[in-house]
Amino acid sequence: MSSPRIGVLAVQGAFAEHAARLRNLGCSVVELRQQDDVRQHLDGLVLPGGESTAQTKLLRDLGMMEPLRQLIQEGLPTLGTCAGLILLAENVESTGDGRVPGGTVAAADLVDAGEPDGDTIGFACSALGDQRRPDPVVGFRTLPVTVRRNGYGRQLGSFTATAPLHVKHADGVSRGANNTSEETAAEDPIIPLTFIRAPRIIATAPKVETLVQLNGEPVAVRYRNQIACCFHPELDADNAIYQLLLSL
Amino acid sequence: MTPSEANVTRNQEPAQIGGAAFGQQQARTGSTTLDQQQAQADRTALNRQLAQMLKGGVIMDVTTPEQARIAEAAGACAVMALERIPADIRAAGGVSRMSDPAMIRGIQEAVTIPVMAKCRIGHFAEAQILQAIEIDYIDESEVLSPADDTYHIDKTQFAVPFVCGARDLGEALRRIQEGATMIRTKGEPGTGDVVQAVRHMRKMNSQIARIAALREDELFEAAKQLEVPYELLLEVHRTGRLPVVNFAAGGIATPADAALMMQLGAEGVFVGSGIFKSGNPEKRAAAIVAAVTNYQDADMLARLSENLGEAMVGINEQEIQLIMEARGV
Repeated sequence: MSSPRIGVLAVQGAFAEHAARLRNLGCSVVELRQQDDVRQHLDGLVLPGGESTAQTKLLRDLGMMEPLRQLIQEGLPTLGTCAGLILLAENVESTGDGRVPGGTVAAADLVDAGEPDGDTIGFACSALGDQRRPDPVVGFRTLPVTVRRNGYGRQLGSFTATAPLHVKHADGVSRGANNTSEETAAEDPIIPLTFIRAPRIIATAPKVETLVQLNGEPVAVRYRNQIACCFHPELDADNAIYQLLLSL
Repeated sequence: MTPSEANVTRNQEPAQIGGAAFGQQQARTGSTTLDQQQAQADRTALNRQLAQMLKGGVIMDVTTPEQARIAEAAGACAVMALERIPADIRAAGGVSRMSDPAMIRGIQEAVTIPVMAKCRIGHFAEAQILQAIEIDYIDESEVLSPADDTYHIDKTQFAVPFVCGARDLGEALRRIQEGATMIRTKGEPGTGDVVQAVRHMRKMNSQIARIAALREDELFEAAKQLEVPYELLLEVHRTGRLPVVNFAAGGIATPADAALMMQLGAEGVFVGSGIFKSGNPEKRAAAIVAAVTNYQDADMLARLSENLGEAMVGINEQEIQLIMEARGV
């Protein structure tokens, strides 16, 4: 593909980082800030990290939600990172504030709401008990997954890790990687993962392919033309996720 | 393939230890091992990156859960929880301190966006308390009465990130050396007068441009003059920007003010008294959010500026009794 034209949603968040990476990979980048920006031809779309509440509000107020949803549904290759994953998800849960004394907790703990330390003050339990409030974020709802906002906790729960990126060849699309089947895990590149107040994928539809797993949970997924990750490929040096987007 | 636990680097460890333990342990021993230094470097990176996620956004001062919900619904990318907004701090006079943790928790429970809170300059015990309630960002702020007239908080001892005010490059790099992972202009808070924020942003930018244009062998002397570490100045020289995100703050009251600061190079804005001291907070808040996104589109800014009701009253520079920007340099 010669210089694909990639739209980067630029209403709020870390869009400049994505734009810089895409330019380095030879793409021409269009910042999408208002409805007119969405009317031009695009070969791909990137939904950056940031605050999903602010982004959905602006998408709606600026009249970009429906045109972009239509483009995604028509098959425009799309990458959503962090807040971008939340925008794509069909179902979004909010844990109130996802806050648990002492850092990260397993998803199950959040639902059960119980314990932390014996001497934990009442507020923690009441905050945890009041889990499933209606979430203010309703985005494109094109990706059949359920995500929990701030599912790994507040900023003190932010972390980095590494894991293999595994791309199936099921539909015969070439990814440029060396994978020939589901089993060639040894060939999978290990990629860096940076989670910042990240959303957590807590359920996926059967047709959703898991690209990266961490501790048995999906942290990057693909469904048709949509790639979405809990982490921030724009903050690390690895290009694998971008190459996957450009190969769609 | 299921990745094993071993694939999670040790970077995850400090993140999961829970910040308070991490910071306090270092404070007790007074020395750091290599692992601790690595953990601290990882934390600093993650904290700088959270600030990157706030870019292009508006951080709003709120004093109640209700205001916090209004701010979130209007598209704020974070809220600053405080008992009194700067205009009221000015009006009330007296010593101004960290807010009641119960009040901050009420706001944390009301919204899903990051919650920031202010501590006094140099008051590391207030910062420890804010870290204990897992605040997302601490503002070591000149808006409150300084607790230390010499030393700022050693922010490298904390896992929670800090934003600090700066009037120029020297102040900004000193705060970054102390561990701040986000910078904002000081402006003159609670006045509704943008003149100081403009002055600080212009000065910062012209100093950065000058540093970028120097020969490398001139940086040693420049570091001495600015009273900043050479290594940080070298980074500014090479990248042509601050090592962390830089927001505008202090006196921003209208969509036009926000657009002005963005065009001058701010990466986002703080709005303190400007929203909830105005006639129609919901509308004004949403308008400022949209103005920050489309800060170069004058037609849209014109529409956004229509019928916003009364702006905050404002105090001119010459009328100010208390100069907050001179606190902590």
